Amino acid sequence: MNKSKMGTLLTVGLAGSVVLSACSSGSNGSTTSDGNKKVINLIENQDIPKYDTAKADDQVSFEVSNNTHEGLYTLDSKDTPILAGAASEPEVKDGGKTWVIKLRDDAKWSNGEPVTANDYVFGWRRAMDKDTKSQYNFMFTVANILNADKILDPKDKMYNKLDQLGIKAINDKTLEIKFSKPAKSLPYLKSLLAFPTLFPQNEKFVKEKGEKFGLEPENQLYNGPYKMTKWKHGAGWTLEKNDKYWDKKNVKIDQINTIVNGASATKINLFETGKLDRTAVPAEYIDKYKTQTDKFKTIPESTVFFLRFNQTKNKALANKNIRRAIDMGWDKKQLSEKVLKDGSVPAYFLVPTKLAKGPDGKDFRDDVGNLNVGDNKKAQDFWKKGLKEIGKDKVTIELLNTDSDGAKRDSQFLKDQLEQNLPGLTVNIKQTTFKQKLEIETKMDYDMSYSGWGPDYPDPMTFLDMFVTGNPHNEMGYSNKKYDEMIKKAVAETDVKKRWKIMQDAEKLLITDDVAVGGIYQRSTGWVTNPKLTGVTKHNFGGDYSYKYWDLEK
Amino acid sequence: MVRFIGKRIFYMLITLLVIASFTFFLMKLLPGTPFNNEEKLTAEQKTMLYQKYGLDKPVPVQYLNYLGKLAKGDFGVSFQQDNRSVTTIITERIGPSAVLGIEATIVGTIIGLFMGIIAALRSNTWIDYWTSIVAVLGISIPSFVFAGALQYFVGVKLRWLPVAQWEGPEYHVLPTLSLAVFVVATVARFMRTEMLEVLGQDYITTAKSKGIANSVVVMKHTVRNALIPVVTILGPLAVNLITGTLIIEQIFAVPGLGSQFVSSIQQNDFPVIMGTTIFYSTAFIIVILIVDILYGVIDPRIRVAGGKE
Repeated sequence: MNKSKMGTLLTVGLAGSVVLSACSSGSNGSTTSDGNKKVINLIENQDIPKYDTAKADDQVSFEVSNNTHEGLYTLDSKDTPILAGAASEPEVKDGGKTWVIKLRDDAKWSNGEPVTANDYVFGWRRAMDKDTKSQYNFMFTVANILNADKILDPKDKMYNKLDQLGIKAINDKTLEIKFSKPAKSLPYLKSLLAFPTLFPQNEKFVKEKGEKFGLEPENQLYNGPYKMTKWKHGAGWTLEKNDKYWDKKNVKIDQINTIVNGASATKINLFETGKLDRTAVPAEYIDKYKTQTDKFKTIPESTVFFLRFNQTKNKALANKNIRRAIDMGWDKKQLSEKVLKDGSVPAYFLVPTKLAKGPDGKDFRDDVGNLNVGDNKKAQDFWKKGLKEIGKDKVTIELLNTDSDGAKRDSQFLKDQLEQNLPGLTVNIKQTTFKQKLEIETKMDYDMSYSGWGPDYPDPMTFLDMFVTGNPHNEMGYSNKKYDEMIKKAVAETDVKKRWKIMQDAEKLLITDDVAVGGIYQRSTGWVTNPKLTGVTKHNFGGDYSYKYWDLEK
Repeated sequence: MVRFIGKRIFYMLITLLVIASFTFFLMKLLPGTPFNNEEKLTAEQKTMLYQKYGLDKPVPVQYLNYLGKLAKGDFGVSFQQDNRSVTTIITERIGPSAVLGIEATIVGTIIGLFMGIIAALRSNTWIDYWTSIVAVLGISIPSFVFAGALQYFVGVKLRWLPVAQWEGPEYHVLPTLSLAVFVVATVARFMRTEMLEVLGQDYITTAKSKGIANSVVVMKHTVRNALIPVVTILGPLAVNLITGTLIIEQIFAVPGLGSQFVSSIQQNDFPVIMGTTIFYSTAFIIVILIVDILYGVIDPRIRVAGGKE
C-alpha cells in the first residue's frame, strides 16, 4: 500500500532546521471540550486526494472513508472483522461458494435513503469498471469474488463485463455474493469486506453528481459513523457525528477536526499548546517524549523495509553468497535501536510480525522465526566464497534510496557497516526523489534498493506474491520456478492449514535459500496522545483508525 | 500612456508564451510519470489514463493541444486530486497566500521606510548603527529561523498568539512578521543609502538655503526622490510574497499556493505545475508593468513613454 510518502517529502528541510526544544509543561486538552460537545483535533501530512471509496488508493483517503462510510463488516479495535452493514453472519450455500447476506434494516445514507443491496452491487461494479481506473480493484480478485480476475483481464472475453461479477441483489435487503472457491479457505475474507473499495455507493447520487462526486462535502453521501461537514482544501476538514448512522448511540466523540500540515516542529508545537490531541512524533523529538509515558507510545506497524537485490544489472548481486554476505554483514539491531529509536524492530524476514495469525492461532512469525541471522564472521565467509566464485576481489555496489533526511541517514549507516565488515566492498549511495526511485526500480536500472512495503490485506500473501516471476513488483529479476509453483499452489489451496504451511515454506525459500531480498526493519511510529483521549488503536490495514471506538474523558 | 501600456501588454503575452513553452518542455523532462506509485497500475489502466489526459500523443501535439486550451483559459484538471480543476485549485489557494503576502509587504515596507529614513537623517549615530545591524540580520538569517523562533517563543512559551493555522486575525501576526523581516531589512537598507545620496544633492542644499522647513525638505524633496529604487525592488519582492512562500506556509499551516506548488512538482502533477507557473508569471509581469507606471508618478522625468514627441 502506498504509505504516504508525500508528507515525508514535504517536511524535508523543515524538519532538520527548526528543531527547538519543546519542553514546556503546558496542559493538554484546553480546546477539546466545547460545552458538552466532545471535540478532538488531529493532523495529517497531506490533504485527501480521492474522496471516493471506489477510487481511493492512499492512506488519508482510506482513513477518512473508513470513518464516514461503512461496508458489510468493519474492524473492531483489535482488527477482528465484526458485523456492520450486514445484519447477521452470512448464510452459506453451494458448498461455501455462495454467501447470502441480510442487510441491516436501519442502515441509512445521510440523505435518509436506506442502504440497499443494489448500493453494494453498484459500488462493487463501479470500482471494477475500467473507466473508474481504481488501483485497488485487485482486492476483488484477492477476495476470490467470482469472475473478478476475468473482468480485470483485458485479454479475457469477459473483460469489463461488470454484470458477470459475483454479486447480486436478491431484494432490497438481501445480497448474494459468489466466490470462485469456498469462502472458508480465505481466512481474511471478512476483513476484506471491511475495506473501503468494497463499500456500497448510492447509484442515484453518484450518477447525479457525476465528475463532481466527492469533491466537496455536499457532493458526498455518508453511511458511516461520521459525515464531513467542512473541507477547506489544503487546510483541513471537519467530521461530525452522523445522526442517520444506525449505531450512533455508540459514537462518543461529536466532532473531529483534522489539520493538514507536514512540518514537524509545527505538529509538536500545536500539540504542546493543546491544539492537537494526537500526533506522530518526528524522529528528532523522540528522545524528548520517551519518558512521558502518560502521553507517549510507540505503535508497531506492518510496514517492512528491505533491500532489493537486482540480479540483472550488477553481476556480483547475481551471486547468492554475495547477497547472503550483504544481508548478514551489517548490524540490524543497531539500526533499529540506536539510529531509528522509534520502537522499530530489526527485520530478519519479509512477512511482518502481528500481520496475520494462522489456523493454529499463532502468529506467522512465531513458527518461521528469524531467517538468515548471522554475524560478521559468517558474513565474511560467504563474502570470500562469493568473491571467489565471481573471480573478483573488489566489488562496487550502488545503493538506491529516496532523498529524505531519514533515507540519507539510513543509507550512510548501511554503507559504513558494509564497507567495514566486507573487505573489498564499496557502496555508493544514490538518492533520488520518491517518484524517480519508483521509475528506476521499474526499469531495473539499479543494483540494490532500499524499499518498503505495507500490507494491502492481513495475509502473508500480500508480501509473498510480489516475488513471483513476472510480477510487476518483482522488479529485480528474481525468478525461481519452485517459488512460483508454491505461490500458485497456496493461492489455489482450499485447506487453510496446508495453505499456511506452503506460505511459510515459501518465505524460507525466498530469504534463507535464495536471499532474494534482505530485511531491514519493521517500522514503528512514536505517537503522543492527549491522556484524556482513550480507546485509540491503530488498524494494521485499510483505514488507520476507527474514531467510533474513541472517547474523550472530561 | 495608452500606447505604452498597449505595447507592454503585447510584450507581456509574448513573454508568457515563451514561459509557458519553456515550462511545458522542462516539465516533460521531469523523471517519473504522474501515475506511478507503489501500487502498480496495469498496462491497460495506464493506457486509459494516458488517453484521458492526452499523454499518449507525441509531445509536440500535446504542446499544441495545451496552448489551444490555454488560449481558451482552460488549465485542465489535476492528475492527483481527482477531477479537481486547476483553476479551482489556484483560486482556492491564492487567497491566503495573497493576504499574507500583502500584509507582509505593507508591514515590512512601512517599518523599513521608517527605519531607513531615520537612519539616514541620523547617520553615524547609534540609531544608524542599530538599524544597520537589524538590516544585516534580517537579510542574512533565513525567514524560517525567525518563523521557528517566533512560533516557539511567542506561541508555545508565552502563549500570546496561536502556533499555527489560518483562522482569525490573530493567526496572521506571526507569519506576517516572519515574512516581513526580510522586507524590512531590504527596504531599510535601500532607503538609507538613497536618502544619504539625495541629501547630498545640490537641490537639497538649495531648498534648505531658501528657508523651507526641514520637514518639507525631507518629505517632499528627499523621500520622494529616494523612493525610486525602493519601488523597483518592492515590485518583485511583493510578487514573491503574494504568490506563496512555501516554508512560511508550511510552518504556520497556511493553506496557500506555495505548498501546493511544491507538492505538485513532487507528484509530477503537470497541469497544476503549468497553471501555477503561468499564474505566477502573469502576476510578476503585471507587477513589473505597474512598477514602470509608478516610476512616472513618482518622478515625471522618467515617464517611460518618452513624453511628447
